[in-house]
Amino acid sequence: MKTLTVSVVTPDGPVLEESYEMVSVKAEGGELGILPGHIPLVAPLTISAVRLKKEGKTDKISVSGGFLEVRPDQVTILAQAAENPSDIDIDRAEAAKKRAEERLNQVKSEEIDFKRAELALQRAVNRLDVANQ
Amino acid sequence: MASLRDLKSRITSTTKTKQITKAMEMVSASKLNKAELNAKSFVPYMEKIQEVVGSIASGNTDVDHPMLKSRPVNKTGYIVITSDRGLAGPYNTNVLRKMHQTIEKNHQSKDDYVVIPIGKVGRDFCKKRELPIAKEITGVPDQPSFAEIKEIANYAVNLFADEEVDELNLFYNHFISAISQEVTEKKVLPLTDIDVETKQSSMYEYEPNQEQILETLLPQYAESLVYGALLDGKASEHASRMTAMRNATDNADDIIADLTLSYNRARQAAITQEISEIVSGAAALE
Repeated sequence: MKTLTVSVVTPDGPVLEESYEMVSVKAEGGELGILPGHIPLVAPLTISAVRLKKEGKTDKISVSGGFLEVRPDQVTILAQAAENPSDIDIDRAEAAKKRAEERLNQVKSEEIDFKRAELALQRAVNRLDVANQ
Repeated sequence: MASLRDLKSRITSTTKTKQITKAMEMVSASKLNKAELNAKSFVPYMEKIQEVVGSIASGNTDVDHPMLKSRPVNKTGYIVITSDRGLAGPYNTNVLRKMHQTIEKNHQSKDDYVVIPIGKVGRDFCKKRELPIAKEITGVPDQPSFAEIKEIANYAVNLFADEEVDELNLFYNHFISAISQEVTEKKVLPLTDIDVETKQSSMYEYEPNQEQILETLLPQYAESLVYGALLDGKASEHASRMTAMRNATDNADDIIADLTLSYNRARQAAITQEISEIVSGAAALE
């Protein structure tokens, strides 16, 4: 079976570098599934889980935005933050979720803070989802 | 000549100072190690993002994004990266002097520019000279993670995006080696000088389209430029402090050697004097 080299890179250093058979991501334009031999592609990602498949097993990684670069034998994900499920601090994510929810109840929807809180909530929920798979 | 007791107490106090500077040197050395590692782990991200931005920018010339275009400069933003604490040798002075010279040279009025000082030393410098401060940032940790810096970087990039400033420049100490750092001025925005050296000519498909990708990519790129400079600055800070503290320790050693010599001489002089007093006392009795 052909494989792809997947690397996930953040400003704080590489998170993962391994071979997989398939990569599924949620791009801003919709779900993308990438198999070896894909044409070169660049796409922005949403705050979501990246699923990596190998030998019938699926690994998940949470990414906070960023984008995806595809070459025929390689996939690079550049995100400002990305974590393996085992590295996620669940307590911190729970706290962040709570904080964001409180903030959302307080501010009006036109304000910048609202948008920020919404994004923070998305990130926290995404992390919790990945951690509790 | 100073008395024996004075000399003794000066030796003790210099020894204590030496212990402190020695400890600070070692602390800085270990922080420098970590800072270098941080800077290193950031390199792959920066290279990759540069590659993609470069390939989009070079791929076709009709890409249009406000961050790529120079506009007439009415107001300039300056970010200056300094440390929170002193005792770092010429680290802060050099970068602040360079910034001040540039401002003096380019601007007549205080309405033409704003400064974003990072670090207490930079903030105090700007306050003292009454430079216009857009936002001050202090208490940046020694090993900053991207999440902690994002807010700073984001704020600066937004200043440009909202057309508050038409140009964003960055002053920091570039880390060359543990003994040499260089003050660097870098233009962050607009992104006019992206290194377009795409070796592999793989043309990308863009999903959904180039504009949207630039929309997410360019702010990320600009933010990571700021983050990179900050990591660089931190490494320089620790290196600079380490050198300064090593010099201080060496100087303390010299002073202690001199003082010990004077102390021994004074002690010997006292003994000699005592003996001659005894001898002359004995001689007087005969």
